[in-house]
Amino acid sequence: MTETTLPLRWRPATTEPALVRWGLTVLCLAVLGVLLFAPLIAVFAEALRDGVALAIASLSEPDARSAIRLTLLVAAVVVPLNAAFGIAAAWAITKFDWRGKPLVLTLIDLPFSVSPVVAGLMFVLLFGANSALGAWLVAHGYPIVFAVPGIMLATLFITFPFVARELIPVMLEQGRAEEEAALTLGATGWRMFFTVTLPNIRWALLYGVLLCNARAMGEFGAVAVVSGKIRGQTTTMPLMIEMFYNEYLSVAAFTMAALLALLAFVTLTLKTALEWRYADQLAANHRH
Amino acid sequence: MNIEIEEISKEFGATAALHPVSLSIPSGTLVALLGPSGSGKTTLLRILGGLEFPTAGRVLFDGSDATGLTVQERRAGFVFQSYALFRHMTVFDNIAYGLRARPRKTRPPAAEIARRVTRLLDLIKLPDIGARYPSQLSGGQRQRVALARALAIEPRMLLLDEPFGALDAKVRRELRQGLRDIHDTTGLTTVFVTHDQEEAMELADLVVVMSMGRIEQVGKPEDIRARPKTAFVREFITS
Repeated sequence: MTETTLPLRWRPATTEPALVRWGLTVLCLAVLGVLLFAPLIAVFAEALRDGVALAIASLSEPDARSAIRLTLLVAAVVVPLNAAFGIAAAWAITKFDWRGKPLVLTLIDLPFSVSPVVAGLMFVLLFGANSALGAWLVAHGYPIVFAVPGIMLATLFITFPFVARELIPVMLEQGRAEEEAALTLGATGWRMFFTVTLPNIRWALLYGVLLCNARAMGEFGAVAVVSGKIRGQTTTMPLMIEMFYNEYLSVAAFTMAALLALLAFVTLTLKTALEWRYADQLAANHRH
Repeated sequence: MNIEIEEISKEFGATAALHPVSLSIPSGTLVALLGPSGSGKTTLLRILGGLEFPTAGRVLFDGSDATGLTVQERRAGFVFQSYALFRHMTVFDNIAYGLRARPRKTRPPAAEIARRVTRLLDLIKLPDIGARYPSQLSGGQRQRVALARALAIEPRMLLLDEPFGALDAKVRRELRQGLRDIHDTTGLTTVFVTHDQEEAMELADLVVVMSMGRIEQVGKPEDIRARPKTAFVREFITS
């Protein structure tokens, strides 16, 4: 062809004009600012309005400390359990062929689609004092509803999908060949799992665990229904925040809110730090 | 080791992947299972390796029944179609995997494992790539590493699923010779699956032509070329 057919100004096919690029970037930052940064800063500002000392003092109240302890305990029990359940579910769904798989996939998503309040009510119906099972458990000294086990159960239910949902697409994409290779090389099932399966899914697993943890600490609706909100006993951090807020203890409410936000922030920072630290390995895994 | 396949059949649900097939593989032979996709050749290979179990029939290794042996007990060196190298391990760790997976009693010491891995890297003519990850290798290099990893367990036989499938023509020719050399050095009974008749004819001592879950003909390449037994074989080897 002749030179006249060439465009006068050359630019890569995937690049947009400067105006569009800047426009989109500014729009994105504006949305982030209004929806994320401004509210977060407002929470911290409100918490520290009367000084750091007062904010810290509000957290040392017995009720506040009990709420923090309970939330950490719930997360410490629920997150490992759901990590194990999530791996088991993802394993069963991606590595074997069996009937009823679509049904199980739908069931895994159930906690996402059911309102948390409804989830809480389900547990009250099942384990409450009005049900035969609940009455029997109470009679034998194991109350579930309006007690810590109920909070654990409700949180387990709500956070069930996070790990499985992260793992299933990754495990589907990776297929079974590496695992079969490990077996032909003489590895036992457990050895195969710990040396091949687990290392291959570790990033997805970590991400699922972090999401699961954030939700376990922050869950409000389902926990509110089953907890009975007994101060110092069955009140988690989100419930405590609401109680403080309703009692016009705004420094206490916002300090605890800031602490909860900070916990989420720490998990996210941890994830970013790990991604940065292992960037080479991540790239190696994905390019394969 | 000689392999005896007696009336092996395999059904997946209602579909028959293998009608009863029988085949006798003398010790030390290099065998090609040749056929189009869906002919059952990969299923037969996976049954030999213990990754699938037959619906009926028997497999004999050196005359003793191996049908019920687990995949670990078979000690078959298996090379997968896309090589299935462990992506998070270096080449060295990939090749050492099978030796490290042995029970403590039969596991060689670390120095011995390192010595064997080095020897295998020499055998595949890639002595300097031990520290690399699979993603940093070319397709041909990956195939050879997969071969070394399979050989590391001192297998009783070598099974390869489309070992040249994902490679370009030039590399393919080089690696064909490479596999022939390794087979001749080790003397292992070797079975590979291919849909490429030229590859089968050029490389194998014995070619097994398969179609629709049945064995159409078994013979030396020159015999099959000279006297195709069925219309399918005639058509397939001239295409």
